[in-house]
Amino acid sequence: MKNENKIQYIYGIADNALILGQRLSELCGHGPNLETDIAMTNMALDLLGQTRSYYQYVAQLSGDGKTEDDIAFLRIERQYKNVLLVEQPNRHFGYVITRQFFYDAFHLLLLEELQNSDDETVAAIAKKGIKEVSYHQRFSSDWMKRLGDGTEESHQKVQEAVDDLWKYTDELFHMTEDDKIAVENGVGVNTAALREKYDQRIRDVFEEARITIPETKWFQKGGKQGIHSEHMGYLLSDLQYMQRTYPNMKW
Amino acid sequence: MSEKEIKNHGTGQSLSLEEIFEQRIARDEKIEPKDWMPEKYRKTHIRQISQHAHSEIIGMLPEGNWITRAPSLRRKVALLAKVQDEAGHGLYLYSACETLGISREELYEQLHTGKAKYSSIFNYPTITWADMGAIGWLVDGAAIINQVPLCSTSYGPYARAMIRVCKEESFHQRQGYEIMITLANGTPEQKEMAQDALNRWWWPSLMMLGPTDAESVHTAQSMKWKLKRKTNDELRQQFIDQTVPQAELIGLTIPDPDLKWNEEKGSYDFGEIDWDEFWQVVKGHGPCNKERMAARVNAWEKGEWVRDAAMAYAKKQEDKKLKKAI
Repeated sequence: MKNENKIQYIYGIADNALILGQRLSELCGHGPNLETDIAMTNMALDLLGQTRSYYQYVAQLSGDGKTEDDIAFLRIERQYKNVLLVEQPNRHFGYVITRQFFYDAFHLLLLEELQNSDDETVAAIAKKGIKEVSYHQRFSSDWMKRLGDGTEESHQKVQEAVDDLWKYTDELFHMTEDDKIAVENGVGVNTAALREKYDQRIRDVFEEARITIPETKWFQKGGKQGIHSEHMGYLLSDLQYMQRTYPNMKW
Repeated sequence: MSEKEIKNHGTGQSLSLEEIFEQRIARDEKIEPKDWMPEKYRKTHIRQISQHAHSEIIGMLPEGNWITRAPSLRRKVALLAKVQDEAGHGLYLYSACETLGISREELYEQLHTGKAKYSSIFNYPTITWADMGAIGWLVDGAAIINQVPLCSTSYGPYARAMIRVCKEESFHQRQGYEIMITLANGTPEQKEMAQDALNRWWWPSLMMLGPTDAESVHTAQSMKWKLKRKTNDELRQQFIDQTVPQAELIGLTIPDPDLKWNEEKGSYDFGEIDWDEFWQVVKGHGPCNKERMAARVNAWEKGEWVRDAAMAYAKKQEDKKLKKAI
């Protein structure tokens, strides 16, 4: 497998961790209570830690002297390969939890397969991430239930978030050309095959949370090709601010 | 035996509860939540511990301001972890405070209505990345000087919380100083950024150690209860003597033309502190007082439906369990 394909494959996973970590970071100090604030920061820390491992590996693979920070901060928007779901803004806590829940359910299934990758580094990063992401999934599933089966207001709010974010869930399972090459070479995971388990997981939690699965058949995609929503540019302006303003410096 | 008096059987002398209490403190015994304590002791401790907890929580905001814009992944992760530590400190300080018979909701209420104070330093804005270094180095540095003596304060839960807080604070202080070292050794722009941050944070950091002894209303009582071991002026001197060489070491200049080593007293003489500015900020008119409070109130109010949901859900689960048991 060519390094360039492998790098693109890793971006498809790592960029999700970076962008979701960045979104969660925005909430630090603004959570509904201290315990939740701390837990969400923990998830941000886990995701950013995973991001660093992936990017350090990409830096090594590319062999052009680029660092993890060049990769994180100095690409143009079209080069980020995260799914649209993770860049969606923190409209309210219901959105934060729903976004997390959809991503965690997918992420855990992905890592459970990815730990068997023929690429030892990728396998090791995935293996380490499983413990963290199992916790994320427990956290977001528990909150889906609390919000869905809490008060009338919380039910309405979380259902609103589910209805809005549902259209971004299909993209999680799309396979890019690089994904297919990675699968053929024993490096990557066939995400289409995770779909059934994922759907079951969502149905189980929704049932307990009294949340209705939206009926829409219309979905959004584009993130994996670097075609993002309008939110992405603003997220990147924050993320890249220092590196763009003060190029080529050590921090 | 009356409520106020109990007999000391050995000597036949009468000692009031208060006298026994004061003797215990003099013997360096810890006072625990269920022990008798004077009402004033309880109130003073609620005031100080909650002020401290509030400072941790408000202190998350100026630093939180730079998490999304941190210049490298390593710095982003370190800053996130630091701000998270502050939330943790807030959590165990609130818990320590709750042992004195006040609820977290009441404590928040006091903060949100302006009844309770928090450290004024957090009412200054963080306008460059170097402020993350300056806060760690100077603000956490001053906080440690304030807080280390509290590890042996008389109220058990507070003393125990402080041991953990101090360990983490000293890590934060080194981390902040390391940011400053990197900037001071960097490009001219970075060095200028570091010097500018030092210029802006130096005087507020000195003010952080409290009003001069002559103006400090709580000092005498707090010394007696070991809530304080040194006066504000002594602590300030210690902070200056410790920090000036650190600035020199990395080639930064303390923004005080009157700063001079005094051979005779073996410490630094320093310039006049602008106490008018201090009181202006304490009274609520600093650069960010309103923004800090608005951010906290906003988080609390927007979180209400979430907290309500968690309560309602917990109750439903409890009811289900009961039904099953029946």
